[in-house]
Amino acid sequence: MVITGLGVVAPGGVGTKAFWHLITAGRTATRPITAFDAAAFRSRIAAEVDFEAAQAELSHRERRRLDRSAQFALVATREACVDSGLEPDRFDPTRVGVSLGTAVGATCNLESEYLALSDTGREWILDHRYASPHLYDYFMPGSMAAEIAAECNAQGPVTVVSAGCTSGLDAVGHAADLIREGAADVMVTGGTDAPISPITVACFDAIRATSPSNDDAAHALRPFDRTRNGFVLGEGAATLVLEAEEHARARGARIYAEIAGFASRSNAYHMTGLRPDGAEMAAAITAALAESRRAPQSVDYVNAHGTATKQNDRHETAALKRALGPHAYRTPVSSIKSMIGHSLGAIGSIEIAACALALDQGVVPPTANLCEPDPELDLDYVPLHAREQRLDTVLSVGSGFGGFQSAIVLTRLGPA
Amino acid sequence: MTTAVITGIGVLAPNGAGTENFWAATLRGESGIGPIRRFDARGYPARLGGEIDGFDPVEHLPRRLLPQTDRMTQLALAASAWALADAGVEPGTYDPGGTGVAMAGAFGGFEYGQRELENLWCSGPERVSVYMSFAWFYAVNTGQLSIRHALRGPAGVVVGDQAGGLDAVAQARRNIRKGARLMLSGGVDSSFCPYGWVARISDGALSTDEDPRTAYLPFDLRARGQVPGEGGAVLVVEEAAAARRRGTQIYGEIAGYAATFDAAVRHGGERGLGRAVEAALADAGVTAREIGVVFADGSGRLADDRAEAETIADVFGPQGVPVTVPKTMTGRMSSGGAPADLAGALLAMRDGLIPPTVNVQTPAPGARLDLVTGVPRPWQPGPALVLARGRGGFNSAMVLRPGAAVPGRTGEAGVTGRAAPTRSGGKPS
Repeated sequence: MVITGLGVVAPGGVGTKAFWHLITAGRTATRPITAFDAAAFRSRIAAEVDFEAAQAELSHRERRRLDRSAQFALVATREACVDSGLEPDRFDPTRVGVSLGTAVGATCNLESEYLALSDTGREWILDHRYASPHLYDYFMPGSMAAEIAAECNAQGPVTVVSAGCTSGLDAVGHAADLIREGAADVMVTGGTDAPISPITVACFDAIRATSPSNDDAAHALRPFDRTRNGFVLGEGAATLVLEAEEHARARGARIYAEIAGFASRSNAYHMTGLRPDGAEMAAAITAALAESRRAPQSVDYVNAHGTATKQNDRHETAALKRALGPHAYRTPVSSIKSMIGHSLGAIGSIEIAACALALDQGVVPPTANLCEPDPELDLDYVPLHAREQRLDTVLSVGSGFGGFQSAIVLTRLGPA
Repeated sequence: MTTAVITGIGVLAPNGAGTENFWAATLRGESGIGPIRRFDARGYPARLGGEIDGFDPVEHLPRRLLPQTDRMTQLALAASAWALADAGVEPGTYDPGGTGVAMAGAFGGFEYGQRELENLWCSGPERVSVYMSFAWFYAVNTGQLSIRHALRGPAGVVVGDQAGGLDAVAQARRNIRKGARLMLSGGVDSSFCPYGWVARISDGALSTDEDPRTAYLPFDLRARGQVPGEGGAVLVVEEAAAARRRGTQIYGEIAGYAATFDAAVRHGGERGLGRAVEAALADAGVTAREIGVVFADGSGRLADDRAEAETIADVFGPQGVPVTVPKTMTGRMSSGGAPADLAGALLAMRDGLIPPTVNVQTPAPGARLDLVTGVPRPWQPGPALVLARGRGGFNSAMVLRPGAAVPGRTGEAGVTGRAAPTRSGGKPS
C-alpha cells in the first residue's frame, strides 16, 4: 500500500506546499478566534484555516450544500487526485474506495441549523421547513464519504471512520487494510474536521482541555514544555491517494511512502482520561511495527500526538519508552500540533501527510514553542527547528476520547 | 483463514427488549411501531416511530454512567451486557488485550446534543456538561462499551448510514483475522428527539401515514416511505477455535461480506447492490442456490424497493429465494437495523423459522419476490444473506452460515442455559 497523492488543507495556508513550508519553518498558525465572537469562553484561540480563496474554487452549490468540514475534504481530495495523476477514466471505478475520518462531522452546520430551528435556543420551532434540506447529511457524516466518492467516481467500499481524535489515522489504516485484503486497488483516504464553533469550544472549555493562553495565541500550544496548559483547537483536512504497490508501479506513479502497518487499541479506562503507563498505546505501536515487519530499533522518527495537555504528553512519553525501549531516547519525536493546532478527526491524516513528506524530503519537522523542557519528559522532542535527516521508517501515533490509541508505520520504498 | 463466529446476541428493539423477547415478538408478527411518545411529535408531518418502551436505564447501568450517556449509549450498554452473558463470557476470564469493540454509528447521541446546545445558547458556556465532549459523538458507544467490559484490544467505529452496521461486523471479523480473540460489534442508535426527528424529516424519506399498520410497507405497491426505529443489536464475534475451546454455543459464522457504492448521477448512477451481493457470495464461497433466506434492506421507498427487488431476482431468479423484512416490526433503526437483522438470521437458523414481513399484502408488480409474509415459514437452515443500504449510495451484504455447519463444532451449550432477559430486560452484572 503506497501513497501516490497528497492534498492538505491546514491552518496557515491551503495546499500541501504551504503546509509543509509552515511546519518545516517552525511557524505557528494559532491566533485569536475569528470564526465567531468568543468573548464568553475560557479558551478564545484557535488555529483557523484561511479558506476563502480555496472556497472560490468550489461551485456555488457545493458551498451552499456542504458543511465547512466537507468543503475541506473536497478541496484536499481534488489536490490529492491531481497530485497522484489519478485520472477518473483510466481506472475501474468498482476497484476504488473511500475511507474518510471525522470526529465531529458537520458540527458547524449542526449548530447553525439548531439555532435556526430553535430561535437561537429560545423556543423550538415546530415548522421543520426552517431546516436545511441537507440536515440529514449533516447528522450522518457518512454523507461526506459519499461526497468524496462522487468526486472520484469511487464505487468500491466507501465509509467514514469516526473514532474521535484518532479518526484521521484510523481511516488511513482502514484504507490500507481494505487494499491488503483485496477489496480495492485504490483508496482515497484521509480525515476532516471543522470544529471551531461555540458548542465544541464550550465542550473543551468544560473539561479544561484547551489552552487559556489567550494573550499569547502564537505560543499557546506548547507540547512537552514544562509550562504546557492544553491544546488549541484546529481545523482542516488531508487526503491521501493510497494504492496497491503493483497498481502504482504499473502506471508509473510517483510514490511518497508505503503504509506498512497499522493497529488500534482501547485503553478501556476512561472516556477522556489516560492510563499513565501508556500500555495500550504501546500495544498499538508494537502491533503496527509487527505488521510492518520492522523492529522498534528501526524507527527513525515519531510523529507524536503531542497535544500539550499535562496528561497526554506524559502518557505518550511512557508509551514510546515502553514500545521502543532504549531506542526511544535516540529517536526524534515531534508534535506538529504545536503549529497547526488539534483538528480532532483531521489531524491524524494531516500528520500522516507530514510523515510522507518527511520521508520524501528527509526532513524532521520540529515541535514549536518548546522552550522550557519538562524534566519529567526526557526524549528528544526536536525543539523549535527542523532537522535534515535521512528517514526510512516513521511512526505516527494518535490518542483520543473514548480511549482510542492508534499507531501507523510509514516506510520509504526503494525502487522496484 | 481464521473463521469468525457469532457466539452471543443482545437485541434491544421496539418490539422486544432482550433477545428472546425480540425474537418471540418477531415470530408472532408483533410490531413496535406506534405514535411517538418520547417528545411531542404533534406538528410534524411524520408522527410514527419504533420506540423502545419500558427501558429504564437505572436498571441496567451504574448510576455514575447515567449523567454522561445519551439514550443510544444506555441501550448499547444494556445490549452489550446481554450479548456477553449470552456468550457465557465472564469478565476477567479472558485476556483483555485480545478483545475489542467495533460498533457502527450513524446519527450520534442527539438527545444529549440537543439538550447541551440549549444549555449553551440559553444559559451560557459554563452550563455545558463536562460530558458533552464525548456523550454525543459518533465514537461514544465503542468507547463506553470498551470501558464497561474492559476490552483493550482493537477499537473501531464506522459510519455508513443504515449499511454501517454490516461494515462494523465486517470490521470485527477483520480484527479476528488479525489476531483478536473476541470482538463486540453491531450498532445501536436513537436520537428520538425533536432535532433528530427534523433531520429525518428533512431527508424526505419518512412516511406521513398515520396508521402503524400501513406506514412502512417495503416491496408493497402502497409503499409510502420509511418509519424510523430506535435500538439495534450487539453481537459477540469470536475466533472459532477459541469459541470451541470454551464449549460455547455457535450461532453462526460470518462467512462472506462485501461493500460497494452506487455510482453518482454524474457518473451514470449505476446501482452497486448487485455487485455487493455477488462479491459477498464469492467471499463466502457459496452459490446463490445455496442461500436459504435473504433479509432484505426493504427501504419502503418505491424506487429503492424496485431496485432491490430487481437485484434479488437477478441473482436468485424470480421467486428464487425466501425474502423477509422483519424491520416492518421495528422501523429502521439507523446503524442498528442491520445488526438486528443479523441477529434475526442467526435465530432463524437456530429455530428453523424464517420471521415474517408484516403488513405487506400487495407486493409491487414486477417485484418477483418470494416474500415471507404474515406468519413465520419453516426452513431447513442454510446460509443466509443480509442486505443493508444507506442514504447516498452505501450497499453492504453479509453472508452468515449456520453454527452447525461450522467445521469442527463441538458442544451443544446453546439453546438452554442462556441468560434470557425478561420483558423488562435482565440486569447486567
